[in-house]
Amino acid sequence: MASIEVDGRRYPVTPGDNLLKACLELGLDLPYFCWHPALGAVGACRQCAVLQYQNAEDAKGRLVMACMTPVADGMRVSLQAAAAREFRAGIVELLMTNHPHDCPVCEEGGECHLQDMTEMTGHTARGYRGTKRTHRNQELGPFINHEMNRCIACYRCVRYYQDYCGGHDLQVFGAHNHVYFGRQEDGALDNEFSGNLVEVCPTGVFTDKTFSKHYTRKWDLQSAPSVCPHCALGCNTSPGERYGVLRRVVNRYHGEVNGYFLCDRGRFGYDFVNGAARLRQSRIRNQPPLGVKGLANLFGQIVRNARGLIGIGSPRASLEANFALRELVGPEHFFLGVADSVHAMLRNIANLLQYGPLRTASLREAEQADAVLVLGEDVSNTAPRLALALRQAVRAGQFAAADRLRIPRWQDAAVRTVGQGMTHPLFIASYAPTRLDDIAAGMLRGGPEAIASLALAVAGHLAETGAPGEAAAEPDLAGRIAAALLAAERPLIVCGTGCGSAAVVAAAGRIAAILAERRQGRPTAVHFALPECNSLGLALLGGGPLSAAFAAVEEGRADSVVVLENDLYRHAPKTAVDAFLARAVHSVVLDQVRHATADQAELALAASAYAESEGTWISSEGRAQRHFQVFAPAETIRPSWCWLAEAGALPWPDIDTVTAACAAALPAFSAIPAAAPAAGFRLAGRKIPRQPHRYSGRTAMLAQVSVHEPKQRVDQESALAFSMEGALGSHPPALNPFSWAPGWNSCQSVNQFQEEIGGHLAGGDPGVRLIEPAAVSNGPTAGSVATAAADAGSTGDSVTSVLVESQEEQAPNRWRFVPLHHVFGGDELSALAPAIAERAPAPFLAVSPEDAARAGLEAGQEVPVATQGAIFRLPIRILPGLASGLAGIPAGLPGLAWAEFEGGWWEYPP
Amino acid sequence: MDRPLTRNIQPNGSVTRLPEYLQTGGYEGLRKALADHSPQMVQQLVKDAGLRGRGGSGFPTGVKWNLVPLGDGAPAIRYLVVNGDEMEPGTFKDRYLLEGDPHQLLEGAAIAAYAIQASTAYIFLRGEYHEAAARLRDALAEARQAGYLGEHIGGSGFSLDLHLHTSAGRYICGEETALINSLEGRRATPRAKPPFPQIAGLWGKPTIVNNVETLCNLPHILRNGADWYRGLGRGEDGGTKLYGVSGRVKRPGLWELPIGTSAREIIEEHAGGMQEGYRLKGFLPGGASTDFLLPAHLDVAMDFGSVAKAGSRLGTGTLIVLDDRTCPVRMVLNLEQFFAQESCGWCTPCRDGLPWAATLLKDLVEGRGRREDLATLERLCGFLGPGNTFCALAPGAMEPLQSALKYFREDFENYLPPQALADAAAGSLLAAGGRHG
Repeated sequence: MASIEVDGRRYPVTPGDNLLKACLELGLDLPYFCWHPALGAVGACRQCAVLQYQNAEDAKGRLVMACMTPVADGMRVSLQAAAAREFRAGIVELLMTNHPHDCPVCEEGGECHLQDMTEMTGHTARGYRGTKRTHRNQELGPFINHEMNRCIACYRCVRYYQDYCGGHDLQVFGAHNHVYFGRQEDGALDNEFSGNLVEVCPTGVFTDKTFSKHYTRKWDLQSAPSVCPHCALGCNTSPGERYGVLRRVVNRYHGEVNGYFLCDRGRFGYDFVNGAARLRQSRIRNQPPLGVKGLANLFGQIVRNARGLIGIGSPRASLEANFALRELVGPEHFFLGVADSVHAMLRNIANLLQYGPLRTASLREAEQADAVLVLGEDVSNTAPRLALALRQAVRAGQFAAADRLRIPRWQDAAVRTVGQGMTHPLFIASYAPTRLDDIAAGMLRGGPEAIASLALAVAGHLAETGAPGEAAAEPDLAGRIAAALLAAERPLIVCGTGCGSAAVVAAAGRIAAILAERRQGRPTAVHFALPECNSLGLALLGGGPLSAAFAAVEEGRADSVVVLENDLYRHAPKTAVDAFLARAVHSVVLDQVRHATADQAELALAASAYAESEGTWISSEGRAQRHFQVFAPAETIRPSWCWLAEAGALPWPDIDTVTAACAAALPAFSAIPAAAPAAGFRLAGRKIPRQPHRYSGRTAMLAQVSVHEPKQRVDQESALAFSMEGALGSHPPALNPFSWAPGWNSCQSVNQFQEEIGGHLAGGDPGVRLIEPAAVSNGPTAGSVATAAADAGSTGDSVTSVLVESQEEQAPNRWRFVPLHHVFGGDELSALAPAIAERAPAPFLAVSPEDAARAGLEAGQEVPVATQGAIFRLPIRILPGLASGLAGIPAGLPGLAWAEFEGGWWEYPP
Repeated sequence: MDRPLTRNIQPNGSVTRLPEYLQTGGYEGLRKALADHSPQMVQQLVKDAGLRGRGGSGFPTGVKWNLVPLGDGAPAIRYLVVNGDEMEPGTFKDRYLLEGDPHQLLEGAAIAAYAIQASTAYIFLRGEYHEAAARLRDALAEARQAGYLGEHIGGSGFSLDLHLHTSAGRYICGEETALINSLEGRRATPRAKPPFPQIAGLWGKPTIVNNVETLCNLPHILRNGADWYRGLGRGEDGGTKLYGVSGRVKRPGLWELPIGTSAREIIEEHAGGMQEGYRLKGFLPGGASTDFLLPAHLDVAMDFGSVAKAGSRLGTGTLIVLDDRTCPVRMVLNLEQFFAQESCGWCTPCRDGLPWAATLLKDLVEGRGRREDLATLERLCGFLGPGNTFCALAPGAMEPLQSALKYFREDFENYLPPQALADAAAGSLLAAGGRHG
């Protein structure tokens, strides 16, 4: 083990690391600005200067920037030498010459890295007497405030935005001490990861605009470890609350999933919890309201008196709630609340994952892939954080170039210099342009059939002995893809339910299986993007398709339905849902928000939102993760599982019992209790506080209601406490509500809680992976996958038949509907958050420029669009890059449920 | 005396066109290189000649070339970049060469490109050099037409595409890695080193950046040999050097002289000495970013080693003369304002330290100075020193300031308002009360 001497003490280190990271990992306080674990080192701010000695005799030393200095065995440095301390204080003094010192009115105040570092250097007195330079601030859209005067020009924002995210519209302008970080003109930041600027910026230049609307200091927020509900990836979050209002969401570091970054939907979608669309008061059709007890009795009556009771589950409700409903109605009467097509794809995906030679890559693993094939899935819009991971994966080619020149990988600028144009291959097959096209080594643009055809051709090439496509002088795209996948050490296939094609999913499975075979049975890394936060949980739970639920009522086998956290109109055509709800004698809907389904229910029960309750979701990685209650909602609102358990007289006093019952009942879920410590967990006999130690005003918060101090709420459901008192350190990561360390008040404190900076969390990354590939040594073959796929009704043969059939139907005045996914607006709950709604597109129908010209369609022209059950009037959007013969519908926008269009054709003229 | 670099340059400011250039042996050096020399031989020849970079650093040119990977396994693409971004205040030598004899540069660039086997080269020219740009364009056309550039030059296997790029005008573009960034269309910010451009430069490929004057020497070295070239210099360095003088001298101008000519000879003989009524107070020997030298240093030989020994740098070899009726404080203020403005804004000490220095100097000359400001200025000189900043801009900017504070201290103190002077006399270092705020 290598070691270095720091201020006379020896420490073990990893040679080759940069000295700054090494010092921070050792728990030594060394201030820095421009370095970021995910962005590497560039040596711009000169803040992390230390004294390096040449040898044991050298007493003078020389200043070096720790972030640019590789650690070597036997190195002698000093952080505390006067020359180093004075230099670091001097740097802060310079940074502060133009800083406005407006901490009391700055939203970063109290969690500001610049404050922390200024304190750390000891700079307290200002020597500069000159005037400060001032900037004009910009309007950057609904997510981000801009206050450029606070800027210390660390360049992190542009390095993050441009280099890490591939964004273009945040730039640095000007020179010398007038450098300006902003857009060319006012306007919303275009990149879907702009929200991380709030955490990347070490001071208050970029702050959370949604947070501003109900601002609270970090120390006054009550938080809990949570998981993002707005897509299936399961990014970890830390939502904060005060006075019953959810104030904001910040990233909660996870070493395998989201790392340091969230997408903007995940960060800014939280406001639906506070919104007007919430179902806060349960409602009974044509009857006056009842109390919680009365409502529970009524629900129980409906259940008991039902002549046939069915339950429809939810891909966005917790596993516990879905399991409770399944127990209430019985497994044979439990239906997955997703479109039939999604149901089929989910079953196929679950089969492939459970029985095939496939292994779902975590986001960290996706970042390390060295060849990627994206089949049909617009990941930037359906699983955004995965797209960000793929953007890093192609960069690994640069690392290889840097390795050859012995340039450390953390030398960010140097690596980008030597690695220009050297990327690992990423191939995209899609029917519409995607936001990863700029890094694609090869692209196919065609309808779902063409994508499936390409995938089968790739599979065909992979099955060839010898190098794929080598017979051809100029290998075609499929040959190139196959060759790249075979040549790669860590190939990755990305697919999902997004393009709505079972054939594409099946073809992806086939590629993965053959690739595994060619790789001597090593499982192929895949990631199937799924629609919602618990889609995979629902798939593993199992249940009938929605159409079967409708049939049960239609055919009189059931007269009562319980719909769990689901607006059926998003999953089935309007006519079908209308008929179903009209036919059902008794209907109970439990949900957190109001919608058309809840409005028609006989009984609509107010359910708690994710931040108001505990629950387990299974992410698309197959990771079971527990989210915890941040704050208690009004007493009229209860967790869905609670309503269901009471109605069914199920013997579950708390959520841990439900989790345990689910784990006991279904082998697929046997590991879920390990996702997080149970309610009985204690650290040295104490619970973990949700409030930081500086939480203020607790005794006075409700003084306008009563001067008597309210009793602190007791939490029976978890090991967390609604208190500022409790266990202060060493929280298990799954129970860590926020990130804070002595001297480190900002989000940068997270580096104190990792095994290695940027690595896994000390104590283990939260959650538990439920699906690992079947025994690899047995060498699963393509045949076994085909069997698994056949079970789901889509083998390769049926892929071919799908192709033939749909090609026959192609006609010049017909366009096949395809879903266009939108990160903002496409997700049901986040679309209810005002900031997200502002960024959502207005409804439209997209055609390619060529098709528009042929049909005489103009942009903005309103056209009638008839589906089975409705007629829409939508403006034409001409979408360059959309494959010919397709009519793109922005799926899932409010009022534009994809189920209404799925499988249909747009005819024009009608 | 041999004046190879300027022999074709007419006093009337006209340009040497291709026919005249050929008459005086033009492109013979290139022909010789291609016909009789391997690239390695050219490199060795230039090493033997003792040619050192004329852009200011004085790095041996042949040694620099030798760092470029050649041969099997080396990257197939290499670049040569001509640094014509002459923006050092007081410096106008490259402009003289470019406007007077552009083919000399083209030939030199072609020889250098051959020596590192680069088939693409760029001339990065200061944006304000409109005349030089026009003359270079004409010369490029002539050279391509005559087959001195382009495919299979002179029937050899060597081809060179030489492009002219005019800069948007930033001082920092003189720094070779900032220049490369700028050429790539990025912000002109210096790059982290390593990798040095010789390994990964323009678009990540091995790249040599050479100054205009440096390259202009090559045709003559090729034609006349290393020994001849070495013999041109007076001291340890080889060749001639363009020396310039600006300031209150009788004949400000530019002369090609043996490298190692003394400052006294340059100022007193060639520039004609000081104007009537002015005395020499000091001089910046190599442009604005070098330390002041005093009349006592006049006999220093103007070569890289001797000037360094005297406490300054040869830099570009263009002297700026300070006379006894010009205020050194205001001169330094002018320079620091220039450097503060030209900071690229990348690293903290330079970006925020230079404006502070400029502000303090401005306060001082406008009567708002405080005694402690002089200490702050001194502190900044060390703070912005070598190693503490990302590139050499700020350390260079501190050179005239630190030496002015050393040599002309009285001029600074004379600007202090009376109270501060009195405090100074009383020995109070922290005269001006509260510093919080």
